[in-house]
Order: sequence, then C-alpha cells, then structure tokens
Amino acid sequence: MARITREEVERIADLARLTLRPEEAERMTGELETILEYVASLEALDTEGVEPTSHAIPLRTPLRDDRVQPGLDPEQAVANAPERDGHAFVVPKVIAEDET
Amino acid sequence: MAEPLPTLDVLRRELDAGRVSSLELVEAALARAERLEPRLHAFVGLRGAAASAEAAQADARRGRGEVRSPLDGIPVAVKDNQVLAGEPTTCASRILAGFVSPYEATAVARLRAAGAVVIGRTNLDEFAMGSSTENSAFGATRNPWDLERAPGGSSGGSAAAVAAGVVPVALGSDTGGSIRQPAAFCGVVGLKPTYGRVSRYGLVAFASSLDQVGPFARSAADCARVLQTIAGHDARDSTSIPEPAPACLEALSGDVSGLVLGLPREYFVAEGVDPEVLARVREAVAELERAGAKMREVSLPHTRHAIATYYLIAPAEASSNLARYDGVRYGHRAADAATLGDMYRRTRSEGFGSEVKRRILLGTYVLSAGYYDAYYRKALQVRTLLRRDFERALAACDVLVTPTAPEVAFRLGEKSADPLRMYLSDVYTVSANLAGVPGLSIPCGFAHGMPVGLQLLGRALDEATLLRVADAYQRRTEWHARRPPELA
Amino acid sequence: MSAAPHPRYEVVIGLEVHVQLRTESKLFCGCAVRYGEDPNHHACPVCLALPGALPVLNRQAVELALRAALAAHCTVQGRSVFARKNYFYPDLPKGYQISQYEEPLATGGFLDVELDGEGGTQRVRLTRIHMEEDAGKSIHDRAVAGQDGSHVDLNRAGVPLLEIVSEPDLRSPEQAGAYLRALRQLLRYVDVSDADLEKGHFRCDANLSLRPRGASELGIRTELKNLNSFRFVEGALRAEIERQAERLDAGERVVQATLLYDPATERTRVMRVKENADDYRYFPDPDLIPLEIESEALERARAALPELPEARRRRLAEAYELSAYDARQLTESRALADFFEAAARAHGNPKTVANWVLRDVLQALKERSGEIDATALAPEALVGLVRLVEKGKVTASNARPLVAELMQRGGDPQALVRERGLEAVADTGLLEGAVDEVLAAHPEMLERLRAGEEKILNFLMGQVMRRTRGKANPAAVRDILNRRLKD
Repeated sequence: MARITREEVERIADLARLTLRPEEAERMTGELETILEYVASLEALDTEGVEPTSHAIPLRTPLRDDRVQPGLDPEQAVANAPERDGHAFVVPKVIAEDET
Repeated sequence: MAEPLPTLDVLRRELDAGRVSSLELVEAALARAERLEPRLHAFVGLRGAAASAEAAQADARRGRGEVRSPLDGIPVAVKDNQVLAGEPTTCASRILAGFVSPYEATAVARLRAAGAVVIGRTNLDEFAMGSSTENSAFGATRNPWDLERAPGGSSGGSAAAVAAGVVPVALGSDTGGSIRQPAAFCGVVGLKPTYGRVSRYGLVAFASSLDQVGPFARSAADCARVLQTIAGHDARDSTSIPEPAPACLEALSGDVSGLVLGLPREYFVAEGVDPEVLARVREAVAELERAGAKMREVSLPHTRHAIATYYLIAPAEASSNLARYDGVRYGHRAADAATLGDMYRRTRSEGFGSEVKRRILLGTYVLSAGYYDAYYRKALQVRTLLRRDFERALAACDVLVTPTAPEVAFRLGEKSADPLRMYLSDVYTVSANLAGVPGLSIPCGFAHGMPVGLQLLGRALDEATLLRVADAYQRRTEWHARRPPELA
Repeated sequence: MSAAPHPRYEVVIGLEVHVQLRTESKLFCGCAVRYGEDPNHHACPVCLALPGALPVLNRQAVELALRAALAAHCTVQGRSVFARKNYFYPDLPKGYQISQYEEPLATGGFLDVELDGEGGTQRVRLTRIHMEEDAGKSIHDRAVAGQDGSHVDLNRAGVPLLEIVSEPDLRSPEQAGAYLRALRQLLRYVDVSDADLEKGHFRCDANLSLRPRGASELGIRTELKNLNSFRFVEGALRAEIERQAERLDAGERVVQATLLYDPATERTRVMRVKENADDYRYFPDPDLIPLEIESEALERARAALPELPEARRRRLAEAYELSAYDARQLTESRALADFFEAAARAHGNPKTVANWVLRDVLQALKERSGEIDATALAPEALVGLVRLVEKGKVTASNARPLVAELMQRGGDPQALVRERGLEAVADTGLLEGAVDEVLAAHPEMLERLRAGEEKILNFLMGQVMRRTRGKANPAAVRDILNRRLKD
C-alpha cells in the first residue's frame, strides 16, 4: 500500500503554501513515498516508555529580565519590504479563504 | 600573491614580523577568490572594498600596537547563512533575493570583533539542505581537488575556499554533517562543536535542534583558535550553553598517550562504505596507536536508525522554520498576485528550490494531524536511544574514531536525481547532531586521488580532546599540508 | 440572573479569554509593549521574524502568569512546553505562533462568581492557563489600506498573553458576563494585567452549544470570535442561542463553525465552517527550553499573592459590618479597597467612610474613569473633608462636589473649602435674617407647616439654603424655623 498519495501530497503542499506543477506533484509523490518507505524502518523499533528528546543538551530555562531594549528604527524595520506604505507592510487583498 | 595561503599561525607570525600587511593578505585573498571563482564558484558574494577597508584598519591597529587578537587582520569567509549587518544574506535561495540584514550573527560578530576580515559569503546548498552544494540557486560549488566532483555540503563553499587556499579559515554550519562531510571531501579540518557551544543567533535556521556553527581550517590548531573566538554563552540564544569558550589551544599538547579511542563497530561494517576509505581510516587509527592511544571496540547499536530519525526531525523543524519566507516583510515576492493566498503560494513556489520544497513537504507531512505520533514523536524517542548510545560508548572511551563519509567526493550530478541516496551519504555524521555531541573531520589520506576524512566524536563540551587528538595526528602526518594541484 | 432560561434547551458555554500580561517588554524580545503608535515602531529582528533571530523568554511574564494561575487556584505544572502553532497569516511573522499546547503552565483551578441579584455564587472550573505571544495587526480597512491590499503592523506581535480556558460550566449569557467580570477583577487585583478592554487587553472567544433539557450529551458547538466587551459577549451569546434554537426547532443540525457577531444587527453570522479540524502541526519549539518552575519559586509567588477579592469581600463585610452589596462595591478593585480601608482606619467610623466612598468617591471616579490610586485624592484628605462636614464647617451638599476636585488637584480639603468660600454659615443673626425673608415671601407656608404639612419644612430649608448659597448650617436653620413655628 502506498504510504502517501498524490492527493495527500497536494493537501500538505497547500498547508505549506506551495503550488506544485502536475509533473512536480507526481515526482514529489514518488520521492516522498521512497523516503517514507525508508523511514518506516523505525516502526520495528520498540520505543515503549522512551522519553522523546527535543533538546540533546539539557539546560535550565533561560529567562530574560523584563527591560526594554532598543529595536530597529521603523525605517529599518520595513527597509526590506517588497511593498510598503509609510512604515506599514502592504500585502495583497485578504479574501475569506485566506482567513485561518 | 596568488599562491595558496598557509595556516593561521604562519600568517600571524608574518604579520607580527611586519613581513606582510593585513591589506596585502586580504587583497591577495580577494584576488585569488576572483581568479578561481569561474571554476570553483565557492562564493556567493565578495566584499571587495569593504574588506580592504577593514584590513587597512587592522593594519592601523597593528601600527598603534593595538592588535585585538591573533585573528586581527586575517581574511576569513562566512557561509552565506549567517547574517552580517548591512549586507545581503541569501542562503543560496531565490526567496531571500534582495534581503539585507539589519543585524549581525553572534559568531560572525565575535570573529569580526577579534579583528578577522570577512572577505566574502560562501556558497551552500539552499538553506543548508544538501550534501553536495549542488542545491544552490546560484549554481554548484566544485571540489578544488577535482572540478568534476562535488565539494560536499552543505558548507561546500567554505570548505572549497579553505582547501583552495583562498582563506585560512571559514565558518560553516552543520545540521547533519554539513561541516564535517565537505571538510572530508575537500581535505581540510572541519569542526562541529557541541550543540549550544556556539550561538545560533543570526544563523538562518534549518533545523533548530541540530544546527551548529563551526570552523573550517587547515589545521586543528586553527580550528581551536576560531572556536575559542566564537564560542561561549550568548543570552540571545536560549539553547546556548552557559559556559565560557573552552581553552582548546592549551589542550593541544601533542600527546595522546593514555587516551582511549573507541571504534564503533557499526561504522566499519556499514553497507556501501568504500573499502579504500576504511583502509585510510584504519591506517590513521594505527598511527594514533603508535602515538600512544589505546584502541577499543565499542558499539552504537542504534546507528542504522540515525538517517531515518534525522530525516524526520530535520524536515519537520525546517517546514516550520521556513514558514517565515512569505513575501511579506523581506525577500522575494511574486509579481502581481491578486490575493494574499495567491501571493503566498506563488512566492514560495518560485522562491524555493526542489530540495527545499521536498523537505518542507516531508516535514509538513510528518507533523500533520494523524501522523505526528507515528513519525515525529517516534523519531524523538529514537533520538533518545541514539543519545544513550553515545553516553554509553563515551563512558568506555574518550573519543570515537570513524570515517567521516562512506566514500570520497562523488561526481557532480551523480546523486542529485536520487534524494534518498544523497541522504545516505550522511550516515556517519547525523548521529552527532542528534546526540548533540561535538564532531571533527581531519584529512587522513587519499583514495582514488581524493581526500579521505577521519571523524572524531567526543563527549558534550569536550571539543578540547577532539582537537588534541587531531592536533597530535597532524603533528605526525602531513595529509593536511597537501594542497590541490594548482587550479590551472 | 435576570433573563429567563431557555424553555426547551439547556445552554452550554465555555469561554477562552486572552489577557495581556503587564510587562514592559514583549514575551520573547526586548521591544516595548506599547500601543497607539505608528506601525512597526516597536519591532526588532526577533518579532519581525528576520532570518536567524531567536526567542528568549521574559521572566516577568512567567511570574505574572504564575501569579494568575495561583490566584485562580490552578495546579502549576513543574514543567511546561512552548510549542509552535503553524499557520500562515500576514500578521503572524514567523508563520507560527509560540504558544503552550500539550503541556500548559497550569491546569485545573476555578473561579467563584457572584451572581447578580441571586446572592449566591457559582463555581466555574478552569481547564487550563497558558502563555502565548500575540499576533500583529492586519488592517483591512479600505480607508487606511486602500482597495487592493491590507496593511501589516507588527507593534503588537510578540506581546505576552495569558489564555484562560474555562470548562463548559456556564449556562446563560448573564453567567458568562458575570464570570468575565469576576475574572477581569481577579487579574487586576493581582496586578497581572491592566485588562483594559478598550485597549484589547482582555479578549474573549466563546464556545456555545444547546442541548434539549435533560440531555446529557453535548450538542454541536459553534465558536464566537473576538468579543471585545462584556456587553458584546452577552449580546452575541443571546443572538447565537436564538440562531441555534431556531435551527434545532426546525429540525436542522447546527454546523460546527466560527461566527462573528454584528452588534448593529444583533445577529451572529458564520465566518468559516470547520469542515476538518485545523491542522496546526503543533510541535515543541526547538528554539526554547521547556519551562521549569521549581517549588521554591512557586512558594515565593504564592506568598507574594495579595488578598484575593473574594476573601477581602468577606473580611470587609465582617470587620466593618457592611452589607454584602456594599462590601462587593468597595472591593471592586484592589486600589479602591485599599483606599477605603486606609480612610476607615483614619476616621474611626467605617460606616460613615463607606457611605462617602460608595456615593461620592465612586461617582467622581465614574466621571473621570480610572482607578482611585491614579487620582490625587489621598484617604486622609477624604477623612478631612468628612470631618469638616461632621463639625458643621461645611454642609454635606457643598462638600460632596469637592471630592472630584480633590481627585483632580489633591491638597488640603480645609483650604479648598475656604478658597471656594463654602465655609458654613452658623452666624445666628445672619441666618435669622434669611429665615425671616423667606417667611415674609411665603407667608402661607408657615401656616401649612403649623397645620402639620411636614414637607413644607424641607421647602423652607431649601429656600434658606438658596439665599445663603448652600452655606447655611442646616441644624442652625432648623432651630430658627422651629422657634418661629412656636412664635
């Protein structure tokens, strides 16, 4: 049984805001299939009761004092913007389906 | 002076003796970089006049007797995924087109505060995703030892620049082997420090829990010098270890007698490993034994699961880390999008290359509803097992000795059509990232005319012992002094 | 609870409240938490999500969150984890929100809510309290952003929030309103948040479902977003109850959806139907270390908690022999309760002080909006004014407007009375003259008063007061009138 279908690839591409050309979607499906097949080797491993590791090196939570530090001046903040109006970033029209 | 450059120590003595100026060194490095660039393509951008101006300032400091450090006035290169204030950072991606960073990465800032002069930003696999530097939006970097071969990746540009004698040291980053594997392929030294040893602030994230900045150099001593300069706690990185930079240079005694070196069984029987590569590694082991080190076979039983674990965790983190490239605040934005959703999709589809898209898709998939436990959580659990493997093995020995890569540098294009085959070339390197331990690659001979790398892996925060073994080896051998045939 | 319960359906409401924590800087960077300024004036590499920037947690935000959790009787978790909630939106610069998900800061807990008019309290259970960062602001308003686009301002991106999730324990819009008021009061009491609704410090989402009376299974619920005033919450819930009931009455199903409330039409409308659960791909943020709260830190936070409103209400009612209603009014805010207690101690008669605070201080506060401690009125000054009245140096009606004035400019009440020329007139000759003028002008009144029309006394008093511009000592005037009556 296929581990991932073309439809699933298109669904996750949409979640990731990527549009795949049909041949690209086809190829990606095959490649992801191969990779998922490979990583499935982990299934055989017994990990019952094993704590997950998110950080390899155990540390204490570092905390920052609540003091205001100078940030960027607004001109710098928007200097890289593809489109701006004054010091606001400008994006294309937001339609209903863009709302999350 | 378009000759290959000697090591940092030699350059420093020349500078101290007044036989050469920083400006001469930097301009020579720039000239060599430019001359080689059409064939090597190690750089994404050279800093030209800005670098020369900084070199002149270093000379002025030297003239006033205000030398900042042994790195003052030394030309260096930085992988183009570490930001320099006021300059572009591309990550070799179209999606960062036009981006100029308003701030500087901590490691880069520390290197520059010590007086080092960044001559250019080096090429990489897009967002450091790859093992060959072929996944660069600006074209592949080539291996100075054979221009038809890959320099390894993802820090191929930095490795090639050091191997080709453009700069004595360069910064790279290593998420699954991206410093050590290109160091091996290009015949230079590359060090991945303990996770958290060098600040990630300003290192463009690929996989946050694995990424680590580290140096390339011709010698272990030069690596030690750079590590001492860039390492140490940084309050701007929550994962930074609250320890001062290690005094590695002091540890370089040349003596390894009494040290126990572990040979992980699994690394010597792996499928697809080149027997010639293994032969060089065994020769190096024999050399270290002659130097007084003791050898011991150890086991890292979960090694065969490392690649699978890595290729679940790294893409998952990457899929989230790369969500910020959305065309809103910086970088590429698709032209004439009518709606926000259209802008997002076109911007990201145009901006990212295939490998990056593949990993975003893979990562999105393994984190998505219904798959998280089976893939992502499972991988984090196996990561625990891998970590324990290292704890156990490194309780029985001081340093692990392995090949860095299962083979020498492969031909350009040889693996680019088969992502999984490319991933498998990281088989010896990914475990160190998953376990957070330091790793280092040093040249240990040649196979098929190409350099072979010896990997040393150590306990967390014990870079000093890795560097001590590497330095002792280099005092007894000459592999690191070999240079690629002049690039005619 | 004034509104009648729905005849056929039981209403089930759970609330999610987002409260802005009172910090100087943002949750993960040093940018100032400040509003009402030009776009992107409080932004840095971290909150702009520039490549390579990393978050570092604000200590004060953790302390405030702890305080809130303890005040709400929650169990604080020794270890909590910041996760990434992944979704795309222009005001979410990283493409994910850092929030606590599987392992929140605190779980359990409850709030005892006093119910209006019923005198009883209702215990509303809390599911959890966790920390998260706010998003920036997308401005779709055509007047600002034009026809073809939206503006994005990241000043608010990264501001620390507390999310407080209740169990579905609320059974009417009025209960929901009472819960929100009590929650807001509590958070202000413990100084966790200014909880200023107009500034968006206190925002509410509601989940609502109906089930036939007697049913045990929950109905399909809908979510109401962005309810930013108490009136809105109640209005929106009422409208949504009506909408769902109509559907159910018609034999239709309620569809799981997110709705918005339009206060102009007093109706809810569907914003988005949730076909599939959102796929936010939560995972632990690898840039942050799990937050560990040691028991010592927890004990310190517990010891530093001020007396909570409920306890203070009870203590005040008992210690000062106040009615439950008065005690509740006086403990509305911690600052007011502190003010009252200080004044009561200084004066010695809490009843008298309570009357002044409940009537005049609250009235003056309402006119200026804001807390008592933000005014120039010291408890001692109020007591001074009350004593002047008690000694007959100023009439109560002349003294009362001075409360607002003392709030404005502070200072000594006696000096103010003098400055305004409001010192009570007790000079018998002067007052007798005034009384006689009044009686001369209204000769019939004296007769009616003699005939037993008591209210006439008030009329005559009023006339004398008018002639003396309110400064007449009322007791003295009454004495004179009584004497004339017997003449």
